[in-house]
Amino acid sequence: MTVTILLFANHRELANAASVELELSADANVREAVDRLRSLPGLACLPAEPTVAVNREYASLERDLNPGDEIALIPAVAGG
Amino acid sequence: MSPAVDAGGARVIGRMSEDPIRLDDLLGAGSSADGAVTVFVGRVRDQNRGRPVVRLHYEAYGKMAERELAAILEETVGRWTLSHLEAVHRTGTLELGELSVAIVVAAPHRATAYEASRHVIEEIKRRLPIWKREEYADGEVEWVGPAPSEA
Repeated sequence: MTVTILLFANHRELANAASVELELSADANVREAVDRLRSLPGLACLPAEPTVAVNREYASLERDLNPGDEIALIPAVAGG
Repeated sequence: MSPAVDAGGARVIGRMSEDPIRLDDLLGAGSSADGAVTVFVGRVRDQNRGRPVVRLHYEAYGKMAERELAAILEETVGRWTLSHLEAVHRTGTLELGELSVAIVVAAPHRATAYEASRHVIEEIKRRLPIWKREEYADGEVEWVGPAPSEA
């Protein structure tokens, strides 16, 4: 299946891309998607347990993915 | 702008804004039944950990930020009795002294207004998917996380 991963802030700059499309196995979860991201240029430094969102809600790394899911890597937030 | 919604009788407005925050637009909150109105604003500070800052840029995950802000506000009106709760967070480039966030609470009594306001800013800092790139006087730029005292 194909999923889109959104990148923000320093992740976006490290990857030189605001989003990445990945082709994953049908039973993949978020952790597998993140592990695949680490093989991309600039993203080897991703933390072991990054904060992620799926379809605009915070989600566990163990969450199963569905085709078309919008995954986002959430660096340490700094609002206010 | 996300629409105002009624939750338990409170008027609730949350929005992310590329435009400057205008306090005058926020100060009419509530009604004559509200004895207390609190206004909290965050402003761009001229230094971070001793390093002179000249401006900053907020990048948000816009659709999620709107959703998360709405969730924070709905949780807040579920916990305190308020008549008006409004929060605006800036995105884009901000100069020194510009308002980065504003939270307006109208309630019958001050204790609830203060507590609800504090809750909203702390949850924004903890959860809102937004990132800050500071530009320093020496020309360098850096994405910054929460200050150690706030982490």
